[in-house]
Amino acid sequence: MTVSRRSFLRGTVGGSAVALGLPFLDCFLNENGTALASGAPIPVRFGSWFWGLGHTPGRGIAMDGKSEITFLEETQPLTPYVNDLNYFNAFNTPLDGRPSAVHFTGWVAAKTGTVPRSFGDTPQPTLDVIIADQIGGDSRFRSLDLSSTGSARDSYTFRNSTSRNAADVSPLAFYQRVFGAGFVDPNQADFTPAPSVMVRSSVLSAVHEESKDFLRTLGAADRARMDEYFTSIRQLEHQLALQMEKPDVSEACGIPTPPPEDEVLGIEIEVAQNNHKLLTDILVMALACNQTRVFNMLYSQALSLLRRRGESFTHHTLTHEEPIDASLGYQREVAELHVTSMMALATFIQAFKDIREGDGTLLDNTLIFANSDTGNSRVHSVDNIPVMMIGRAGGRLKTGMHITGNGDPITRIGLTAMQVMGIPVERWGTGSLETTKTISEILV
Amino acid sequence: MLSACGESEPLTEGSEPQLRRLTEQQYRNTIRDIFGGNIIVAGRFDPLERIDGLLALGASSATVTPAALERYEALARSISLQVVDEKNRAVLLPCAPVSKNTRDDACAEKFVSSVGRFLFRRPLSDTEQSLYTSLSGSGAEALGDFYQGLAYGLSGMMVSPKFLYVNEIAEPDQDGLYQLDAYSKASRLSFLLWNTTPDVALLDAAAAGDLDTKDGLEKQFNRMMASPRVEQGVAAFFEDMLEFERFDILEKDPIIYSAFILDVAEDAKEQTLRTLTHLLLEEETDYRDIFTSRKTFISGALGPIYRVPVDNPDGWLPYEFPEGSAWAGIHTHLSFQALFSHPGKSSPTLRGQAVREHLLCQKIPEPPGDVDFSDFNDDANAVNRTARQRLSAHNEEASCAGCHKLMDPIGLAMETFDGAGQLRTMENGVVIDTTGELDGISYTDAVGLGEALRQNPSAPACVTNRLYAYGTGRSPVPAERQWMAYLEEKFAQTGYKIPDLLQEMVLSDAFYRVAPPFLGTTTADARAASAKETNL
Repeated sequence: MTVSRRSFLRGTVGGSAVALGLPFLDCFLNENGTALASGAPIPVRFGSWFWGLGHTPGRGIAMDGKSEITFLEETQPLTPYVNDLNYFNAFNTPLDGRPSAVHFTGWVAAKTGTVPRSFGDTPQPTLDVIIADQIGGDSRFRSLDLSSTGSARDSYTFRNSTSRNAADVSPLAFYQRVFGAGFVDPNQADFTPAPSVMVRSSVLSAVHEESKDFLRTLGAADRARMDEYFTSIRQLEHQLALQMEKPDVSEACGIPTPPPEDEVLGIEIEVAQNNHKLLTDILVMALACNQTRVFNMLYSQALSLLRRRGESFTHHTLTHEEPIDASLGYQREVAELHVTSMMALATFIQAFKDIREGDGTLLDNTLIFANSDTGNSRVHSVDNIPVMMIGRAGGRLKTGMHITGNGDPITRIGLTAMQVMGIPVERWGTGSLETTKTISEILV
Repeated sequence: MLSACGESEPLTEGSEPQLRRLTEQQYRNTIRDIFGGNIIVAGRFDPLERIDGLLALGASSATVTPAALERYEALARSISLQVVDEKNRAVLLPCAPVSKNTRDDACAEKFVSSVGRFLFRRPLSDTEQSLYTSLSGSGAEALGDFYQGLAYGLSGMMVSPKFLYVNEIAEPDQDGLYQLDAYSKASRLSFLLWNTTPDVALLDAAAAGDLDTKDGLEKQFNRMMASPRVEQGVAAFFEDMLEFERFDILEKDPIIYSAFILDVAEDAKEQTLRTLTHLLLEEETDYRDIFTSRKTFISGALGPIYRVPVDNPDGWLPYEFPEGSAWAGIHTHLSFQALFSHPGKSSPTLRGQAVREHLLCQKIPEPPGDVDFSDFNDDANAVNRTARQRLSAHNEEASCAGCHKLMDPIGLAMETFDGAGQLRTMENGVVIDTTGELDGISYTDAVGLGEALRQNPSAPACVTNRLYAYGTGRSPVPAERQWMAYLEEKFAQTGYKIPDLLQEMVLSDAFYRVAPPFLGTTTADARAASAKETNL
């Protein structure tokens, strides 16, 4: 499958050449789209789900080269969803001589198509930002970025090294942000915009206009930073504009129950899993109510700090310090913790399946790009990083497939995801990660 | 080596002016200083990246993402509505409207100009003045309420990049070089010394041209150093230098460390900052004494951790650890021990890294990728009871040993403090060995490590470098090497006193020197141009 080449302009997406022109690939127009009973098309959403430290080699899925997925011990929780996802393995991250920054290079390469020069270097945007730039502007929130770890810094979504989307971590605050003041219920019978919204809107546009003289005194780098500010203010103006018009009815939308007031945040596994579930329940309703089309969920950091109560060692320190069990041949506690990550992912997937939308579920109209950062946490390998695509992206994706990459660059997966989401990008990545080759087997 | 006296400051050409996003604390202090402590600033701020050891440098490259602006706008509305609230308006507004049901531009204008001067850290231009006055007016008409309208005008100022960013403006000076204009100087001074927006006296001094003379600068410096606010300024610097933002997400396992509760964490942070401001500002001690001094402050919550009976459970008391105590120097404080540990165990590596990077400004390289750890943990029969035994495994792996030997010996000296900073002598039944050496100086325990730090020439050089970077919003540039050496020398000559170092810095030309703006516009051009424009 390739991008149609009818009349396009050359442009760039994150420094890569792209073909701009058609909003969707030909095959995505109508015949595969799903619609609501009202005839309104259901939007296709994109999101990411991240977990740290991957699987124990040989215990994730069967690397048998077959096209069916065979879940092994650590991915058992995903068994009910075998037909809802595609699993990719044996895709690699060639470093081109750059050092591998531990717990960083793997996920940065998978999400930005570029091997960082050093720890903290993120010159290219993550694919969710590229997608949000294309499809995120029409909803109230450009994207919703979450972390179950309690730290706003735990967020793997950014435009560049200095513009990182901080994560929402408090279920209470997240609920207020989406369903508190400013939420317009798409299904309410009567609609009157609040006068204060109009005032806010005119204040913002005046500030926006008046701020332009600020640029006069700035050098080039600071002008670029101000461009980001202007993007943000436009998004906020748009957000307010949406609050002044009656939204389209959304059959699947319902206001979720507010999370409990006595909130505990943190990195004990039970606490993180609980917050992950609370955040997820709000997120799926935010999607069903068309508040956003793009989301990111970080379940655990690349250097996973999750820890059982009473345990001295975190998930990450165990990968270094737990002896290999002589009878099992692997690190027992580490393996158990890997399973808990997949339990969390199963919870996430189920929340999407629980929401009926059109003839299917929210999951059918979503593409979740789930990945970790290492193929083998004990040696911090950045080859064979586990990646999944979950959901059918509005009928654009086949599912239930096991794709073996044979050492191809991991960017093939991200490129495919972007094309599925309608981004007119025909090549992505830099250096040996640059690719034009999508994974056509999974495309409808 | 520079001569000891009569030495004049080396000429520098500076670096480009900075555009610095307000930090959370600067934002909070600014609101408190303009509107008083009753205004609640309830909101989350996006974290800054730590660059070259400081969040302050991250502020110079920070952006405002869509979600961040959404939060700023919500916060601005919340603050503005509190300001005009019935219970505050009599105090916070300079006038009352003719009618509270509609616009009153004369009154709105008074408010906008007086508040705007503090928010934008300079007088408003005519354009800005009329814009925010008219926004307040049209808001009042739309909502039928003067005060509500005024709140929206105020919130407009608070989402403007002119408030959210400290924008430095360059102007030519008499040497044919460029320096900051007077209001930019005022901001630099104020954020460095007080960590807040310039006050009336400082803005007046800027307007009068006083900040362009040494005498005028000195007068302001002395005035600001005499204010209690300088403690807040110096504390903010050390919070940044010591990575105290880690307190925001600090977590200790309640089973393993049952004594470590929230009050303890909050007081641990406060203890170190109080100790630093007391020693460095009140006693004006030698900076290097912070690694050896037994003087500190103690609160009720900290008593059990330090094994000190506290008579006054609700307040802070000065306290001096007895001679021979395990505690001496800020690196032995609970704050340092708890921050640079794991939730359920201590970490010699994290502690060693923090000493190297934060106290000595020595960067530890990132660990190498693709290390096979099987050598370390394949041997199920190995019994590594202590951290020293566990870490010795790294020393057998060449790619790890290079860096670990920079960190671990320092951290191992502090192993008698567990992950929650509590004293212990044994780990898993084995007596803890705290001996080691730092850059050629041997020690037997954490107190001895403090002595080694005190003698380490990198320590005063580090604080000089960090303070200059913190004040200017950027790392020193290579062309400033001579200037930095001069500053370090001056610091040494004064007996390593922080107030003297601050004085040397803020009275220098280098501190305000900037490279010519690439755009060719000077303050006067830019302000004249913006005054001519109509933006409505």
